[in-house]
Amino acid sequence: MSEHVIEISDLSRHFGKKQALANVSLSVPEGCVFGLVGENGAGKTTLLNHILGFLKPQQGTVRVFGLNPVADPPGVLGRIGHLSENRDLPAWMSIRELFEFTRAFYPKWDPVYAEELLIMFELSLSQKVPTLSRGQLARAGLLLALAHRPPLLVLDEPSSGLDPVVRKDILDAIIRTVVDEGRTVLFSSHLLDEVQRVSDQIAILDQGKILLSSPLDEVLVSHYQLTVRFQEPQPCFPQLTGALTWFGSGREWKIVCNGQKQELEAALQELNAEIMERSTPTLEEIFVARMKSVARSSAEE
Amino acid sequence: MQIQLSEADGTPYYQQVANQVKFLVASGRLEPHEQLPSVRGLAQQLTITPNTVARAYRELEAEGVVVSKRGAGVFISNGVSPLSNKEKRRILNERMDALLTESRQLGVDEETLLKLLRQRSQKFDSYQEVEK
Repeated sequence: MSEHVIEISDLSRHFGKKQALANVSLSVPEGCVFGLVGENGAGKTTLLNHILGFLKPQQGTVRVFGLNPVADPPGVLGRIGHLSENRDLPAWMSIRELFEFTRAFYPKWDPVYAEELLIMFELSLSQKVPTLSRGQLARAGLLLALAHRPPLLVLDEPSSGLDPVVRKDILDAIIRTVVDEGRTVLFSSHLLDEVQRVSDQIAILDQGKILLSSPLDEVLVSHYQLTVRFQEPQPCFPQLTGALTWFGSGREWKIVCNGQKQELEAALQELNAEIMERSTPTLEEIFVARMKSVARSSAEE
Repeated sequence: MQIQLSEADGTPYYQQVANQVKFLVASGRLEPHEQLPSVRGLAQQLTITPNTVARAYRELEAEGVVVSKRGAGVFISNGVSPLSNKEKRRILNERMDALLTESRQLGVDEETLLKLLRQRSQKFDSYQEVEK
C-alpha cells in the first residue's frame, strides 16, 4: 500500500463566485477502499470530476497513476471504471449495444467477465435502457465500469436511492474489486453506515475543504461518546475543550468528543458531573458531530 | 464460521471480528487446529475490506489465538497462549474494571456478580460438550 494511485495537492476550483474546492490535498494508496463523505454540495462530484480529467485544475495538481488526467485521458480513463452520479447511459441503446459501445473504448474489456456479471446482476442483452428500473440501471452502469477489470474504480454516490438488494450488489462489487490484488476503489457516499462497513480510509469534505482524512479505524478510535449527569440542571452545556457536540437537557447530556480525554474528564469532574456511560460513536455520529462543530465555530467567527 | 458485524457500534470492524473469533474459540465452536476462512473469503462473506480481515487475523496471531502457516492458511492455535502472565493479567484487569463499573452502576453486588459469572462460565462449558 505504499504507492499512491491518486495524488492531489492544493487543488482549488471556483464556479463563478462559488468556491467549490479550496486547497484540497488527498492521497489514495493502492489497494485501499477510500470513502469520500460530505453533505450535498460539499464538492465531492467536483473532486471526482478532476480525478477523471473532466475538469481542469484552476490551481494545484491532480495525478492519477502518476499521470495528468487532463493531458492524458486514454492513459487515465482507460484504467478507471467509473459510475457517474446520474448513471447517464444512452437512452436509445439496448444492453447489447451498450456492451459494444463501451467495449470500443476499453482494449482490456473482458467478455467472459461481462457475461458473468450479466448473469449475476440478472440483466439480459436485449433489454433497452429506458425500460430499466433504477436498480437495473445502477447494475448496468456498474457492469460497464467493472467489465474491463480496471485497476481503479471511481463510484459517485453508487447506492443513493437504491433498495437494499442493489446496495448489497454495489458493496459486494467494491469488495470483489479490492480482493483482486492491487485494485483500488474511491467512492463518494452520504450513507455513512456503508462507508463505515467497506472503507479502509475516509475523507470528510465540507464546503470544498478537507475536514479530516485518515484511516477509518483511527477516526473511530479517536472519537468517543460520554453520557454525563450533572448535579444541577444545566440551562446550556458548558464550554469544554474536546467536546464536539452535545445533546440533552437538564441534568443528563450526551457528548461526542475528540481526543483530550483526560483533560475533558478532569473538567467534568470539576463541574461535579458524573460519567454514566462511555461508548464508541459510529461514523455517522462522528460526522454529524463534526458538521455541527464546524457550523458552530463559523457562527462564532 | 459465522460472524455478525454490528453497524450500530463504533467498535472498528477488525476488532469486532477478532473479538468474535475469540468468543468462538472460548466457547468451543472453533477448535484447536481448525482452519479459518482465507482473508479474501471472509472479506467477501462479510462485505468488509480484506485489509480489515488481515488486521483482525494479525491481532489474533499476536495474542496467540491463531497461527498462520505460510501458504497453508490461518489456524486456531493449540490453546497455549504465548502471552506472559503479566500481559494476560493486564488484559483481564481491563475487562474486569469495565465489568465492575457496569455492575456497581447497575447496583449489582459482588456476590450476585460472581454467581452470574459462574453461570456464564458453565454455559461456555456446555457449548463445548455439545461440540464433542
